[in-house]
Amino acid sequence: MAYDKFEVLTSRVVPLSSENVDTDQIIPARFLKATEREGFGDNLFRDWRYDNEGKPKADFVLNDPTYSGKILLAGKNFGSGSSREHAVWAIYDYGFRCVVSSFFADIFKNNCLNIGVLPVTVSPKFADELFSAVEANPEVEVEVDIKKQTITLLSTGSAESFDINSYKKDNMLNGFDDIDYLLNLKEEIVQFEANK
Amino acid sequence: MEKKSLFDKIWDAHVIQSIPDGPDVFFIDKHFIHEVTSPVAFLNLEKRGNKVMFPERTVATPDHNVPTIDQDKTIKDQLSRMQVERLRENCKRHGVELHDLGTDHHGIVHVIGPELGITQPGMTIVCGDSHTSTHGAFGTIAFGIGTSEVEMVFATQCIMQAKAKKMRITVDGELGKGITSKDIILYIIAQISASGGTGYFIEYAGSAITALSMEARMTICNMSIEMGARGGLIAPDETTFEYLKGKQYAPKGEEWDKAVAHWKTLKTDEGTVFDLEYHYNAEDIEPMITYGTNPGMGVKVKGNIPTTDGMNDSENKSYIKSLDYMGFKPGESLQGKKIDYVFVGSCTNGRIEDLRSVAQFVKGKKKADNITAWIVPGSREVEKMAIKEGIVQTLEEAGFKLRQPGCSACLAMNDDKIPSGKYAVSTSNRNFEGRQGPGSRTLLASPLTVAAVAITGVITDPRDFIEELVQEK
Repeated sequence: MAYDKFEVLTSRVVPLSSENVDTDQIIPARFLKATEREGFGDNLFRDWRYDNEGKPKADFVLNDPTYSGKILLAGKNFGSGSSREHAVWAIYDYGFRCVVSSFFADIFKNNCLNIGVLPVTVSPKFADELFSAVEANPEVEVEVDIKKQTITLLSTGSAESFDINSYKKDNMLNGFDDIDYLLNLKEEIVQFEANK
Repeated sequence: MEKKSLFDKIWDAHVIQSIPDGPDVFFIDKHFIHEVTSPVAFLNLEKRGNKVMFPERTVATPDHNVPTIDQDKTIKDQLSRMQVERLRENCKRHGVELHDLGTDHHGIVHVIGPELGITQPGMTIVCGDSHTSTHGAFGTIAFGIGTSEVEMVFATQCIMQAKAKKMRITVDGELGKGITSKDIILYIIAQISASGGTGYFIEYAGSAITALSMEARMTICNMSIEMGARGGLIAPDETTFEYLKGKQYAPKGEEWDKAVAHWKTLKTDEGTVFDLEYHYNAEDIEPMITYGTNPGMGVKVKGNIPTTDGMNDSENKSYIKSLDYMGFKPGESLQGKKIDYVFVGSCTNGRIEDLRSVAQFVKGKKKADNITAWIVPGSREVEKMAIKEGIVQTLEEAGFKLRQPGCSACLAMNDDKIPSGKYAVSTSNRNFEGRQGPGSRTLLASPLTVAAVAITGVITDPRDFIEELVQEK
């Protein structure tokens, strides 16, 4: 489905430094039973966020009122494992619009771009800088500008540019998705199929 | 002439349009769907007023959440039941072929595709499931997609993706007794890490790979995603053609000859340059087992858990967190550790050859008292063969029971959940925290290693029973 346009996002940051966070942690399989895209945010990081009785675990970052924001700052190899788009739905529904990491798993990154969550890949050094800044002061803000393809730590002005291909960039800026594009190619597709 | 890899050849033949500084419009030959990642795609398809463009190119089966006992009865879990019912309604409304629960060809989507001969060399195949890479064993480009892409394939038979980089992993030599394709892939992932394949499509080659059966090749390609790779493939050869010949959906007569002639051209040109290459010797590979919470955390069954030497702060923190979850310590040995559950099944190791090797191993022995064993065939076809070949009887004599087909405890969406804190040695593909049930602790291994654990009740190298082993062919 088409999604909200994304241009400049200025927000505080929620840090989650664990490496190799797989999509089973982001949304465990037992919460994939819906037939509509609803309510996934409630179960984001379910087993890290709540204990067996459903009580919030105080030591998990989403339960720590010190941190908030629309940017999730994640550790290396974020989103590995299952192709479940539900993981990104959960991240989006919870309120994040951007995930920053030094390394993303492939399918997860694709899924993000397909539903309007911006995955920003930064250098390991810049990721460390962001983690340190947020740890020192949870209120620091980060600006992500998709037009300029820059991510800036506003407290210091330290910035880095990030990659996004111009097709996806255009989609994010306009809130288009791939289906809009593909439907315009219907004739070519029918012809291609007929020659198979 | 430009040298092309097998991956290049198949990819390039399916590109309808290349967008400058953007993805390719990529045509999909076969689309597999299941009950969990398709309902929202169907819903959005209908909301936009679109139809399934080529319904005959999609095949469906419910596998992820289905129970593995009493499949003839109504599914007790309401949400699971609703998903399966929704799949039935959607398939009916959109004219999609469905292999429903209880029918002859029901099973895990990645088991039934090859079994029916739907999966054929040179194809592009997608499914809303990351283990779609399994089909690469036939020389296909097969990979997992998200639900938005499932909708794209419904509406247009295409997705939009940039071409991955090319990696080749060559394994030469001969595997020792008691060492299987599962050990090859767990060994490779332990070398390359759970993220080392990210951005790549892998071609597996070398004498140790071409010597493998189709079932064993599927196990290898299946776990490509566990290195982060988009997928993995193996060039088709006589073993592939022999497997496909006579299968229900495989070409017949003249069509077959034509197809085989084409399939024989599907190989990497001599001298093709890959973006990354790895070489391994089969002689260095021993039975493997994982000890942590990603598939890259694997060691030889007879080996020790690595220490934290040489790790940076962040790696160290994640490593210790992982070992704490598993209840293990750096440097300790795994052999002899008590295990509570074993699981044989999944799209990784739920095929007939896997059940054969387990049955051969446990024949004349008895299951250890401390072990609860779940043996789940990948499909009805596997189940039928297991009954016919006497595998079921052998298993029962040794104290095991064969359940009904489905994904089962691989991801524990149904009732087959490993209880919190318990250890399971499993033939499946992921040892993530809670993967087999909240708090469950999973150790991945080959069907032979799992069989050895089921008999001894503790972590055991199957080669300790060397005289009884029949080498995987």
